[in-house]
Amino acid sequence: MNGFWRDSGVALAALVLLLGAPLAFSSPAFEDFIIRLSALALFATSLNLLVGGSGMISFGHGLFYGFGAYAFALLMQRTTLSLASAVLLTLFLAALVALLVGAVCIRLKTIYFAFVTLAIQMLFYSVIISWVSLTGGDQGLQGGIPRRVIAGIDINQQGHLYQFCAVLLVAGLFAMRHITASPFGMTLRMIRDNEARAAFLGIPLWRPKLAIFVLAGVFAALGGILASLFVSGAYPEFADWPFSGQAIFAVMLGGIDSFLGPLAGSAILLALNDIFTRLTEYHGLVQGVVILLFALGLRRGVLDFLRVLPGRGEVASR
Amino acid sequence: MTPLLEVRDLDVHYGVSQILFGVGFSLAAGQTMALLGRNGAGKSTTMKALAGILPARRGVVRLAGRDVTGAAPYRLARLGLAYVPEDRQVFPAHSVEDNLLIAQKPGPDGEITWTLERIWESFPLLAPLRRRPAGRLSGGEQQMLAIARALMGNPKILLLDEPSEGLAPLVVASIARLLRDLRSQGATILIAEQNLHFCLSIASDALIIDKGQIVYSDTIAGLEANEEIRQRYLAL
Repeated sequence: MNGFWRDSGVALAALVLLLGAPLAFSSPAFEDFIIRLSALALFATSLNLLVGGSGMISFGHGLFYGFGAYAFALLMQRTTLSLASAVLLTLFLAALVALLVGAVCIRLKTIYFAFVTLAIQMLFYSVIISWVSLTGGDQGLQGGIPRRVIAGIDINQQGHLYQFCAVLLVAGLFAMRHITASPFGMTLRMIRDNEARAAFLGIPLWRPKLAIFVLAGVFAALGGILASLFVSGAYPEFADWPFSGQAIFAVMLGGIDSFLGPLAGSAILLALNDIFTRLTEYHGLVQGVVILLFALGLRRGVLDFLRVLPGRGEVASR
Repeated sequence: MTPLLEVRDLDVHYGVSQILFGVGFSLAAGQTMALLGRNGAGKSTTMKALAGILPARRGVVRLAGRDVTGAAPYRLARLGLAYVPEDRQVFPAHSVEDNLLIAQKPGPDGEITWTLERIWESFPLLAPLRRRPAGRLSGGEQQMLAIARALMGNPKILLLDEPSEGLAPLVVASIARLLRDLRSQGATILIAEQNLHFCLSIASDALIIDKGQIVYSDTIAGLEANEEIRQRYLAL
C-alpha cells in the first residue's frame, strides 16, 4: 500500500509539472513533443506489460495501436458520439479484438507467439490498405477529426490537446503501474520466470496471460487514440510492423525491468529522431548507431543500467 | 476401495525417443511408495508425467478414481496432487514465509489442514528462517521448504522427486525424519529415489523402474531382503 501512495504522489507531481509547464513557458515544440511522446510511451509501456512483465514477446502489438487510431477516428467522423464516448467505445472494441487475438495466440510460446501475433497484425494492415472506402487505403484516413467541444475542451486547439494527452498519459501509466505492482502482476512474473513451477503450484496459466494480453491491447489502443488526435486521422503505418519495432526499441532503450523504462526509451527515441532529422537525411543511420551503442555498451536499457550501478544492489524486480 | 493414484500403461516420449514403456502401478491412501532406479531409468520422467508437466502419449492416470489423463498441471494441483521437483524451484528472492504463502490453497474438498503454524511446528528448522530469502538457504533447507510449500496446498498426495539428492548425510537424516512424521500422520507419498537406504525408513512399499519399465514391486522389507534384485537394478 505504501507503494501505491508513493506512485500516486509521483503521478500527481508529474501531472502538475506537465500542466503547469505551458504557464511558465510557452513552447509549441515542447507541447508537440509531449503529445507525440504520450502516444508512443503508452504504446511502449503497454508492450512491456507483455514483454518485460509477462515474458510474452509480441511482434504484433501495433495491431492494437492502429486499431485504436482507426476505430477512434472513424467513430468521430461517422457518428455523433462525444469525445469521451468515442474514446471509451474504442477501448471496449480494442478489448474485444484483443480477447479474440489473445485466445488464439496465448496457447503458443516464444517465437511461435511472436510470429502469430505479427501475422495477425499484418492481416489487419492488409485490411486497412485494401478497404479503401472505409480507411482511405494507403493514403490514410483523411478528413480530420471533427471538432466537438465538451466542457470547454476543444481538442483541435493544441493547448487543449496537450492537456488532454498529458492527463491520459499520466493516468494510463498510473493504471499500468498499479497492474504491474498488484498480485496479478506478480503472478505474471512468476509465470514469466518459470511456467512449470507456476503450473504445479496450481495457477491456470492461460487466464492471467489472456487478461494481460487484453489489458495491454487496451492501453496500446489508448496510445493509438492520442496519435490519431495528433495527426487528425490515421495512417496505415500505425499498424505496420516497423512501428511495432519502434516500440520494442523504446522498451529496450529505456529498460525492460524498470516500469518507466519504456517511457524513457520513447523520449530518447523521439528526441533522437527530432534532432537528427534536422541535421542530416541519414538520421536512420545515426539512430541505428546510437541504439547499437546502447545495446553493446550498457547491455541493458538506461533505467535498468542506472538501477544496477555499483552500490545500488541487484534489480529488485527480477 | 479405489486407489488414490492409479497409473496404467503409461508411455512418455521426449520428441522421438521413448522414455517410459507402459508404466503402471497404484497407490492407496496412506501408502508411502518408493520409486527406485538408477540414473536415467525414468524416475523423474514418471514424476513429471504424473504432475502433468510432460504429456503422456498413451496410458491412463486416475486420481481418486477420476480420470485425469492429460490434465493440465494446475488442474492436478487443484485436485490434490502436489509435486516437489528435483531442483526444488523455490522463489529465491522471496522470504521463506512468502514462499509458503504463495502456495497456500485449500485442498480439493475445501479442507485446510496445513497452516503456517503447523508448518513451523512440523518443520522446526524452517521456523527461525521465516524472514530469510529462500535463495540464501542451504540445499537441505530449500528441500524442506519445497516440501512445506507443497503441503501448504493441502494435497491428497505428495510426489517427491529425489529429495535426498546432493545433500549431506546429516541433512538427509533430518529430511527422512520429517517424511516419517508425515507418514505417521497418514500422508500419501510417492518418492522417486536412487538411495535405497534413505527410503528404508520412510516407505512401506517399493517399485523399481529400469529402462522405462516397472520391473519389480514389493514391500520395502521384501526388497531389502532380495539381494539379487538389489544387485541387478540398484547397485552402481
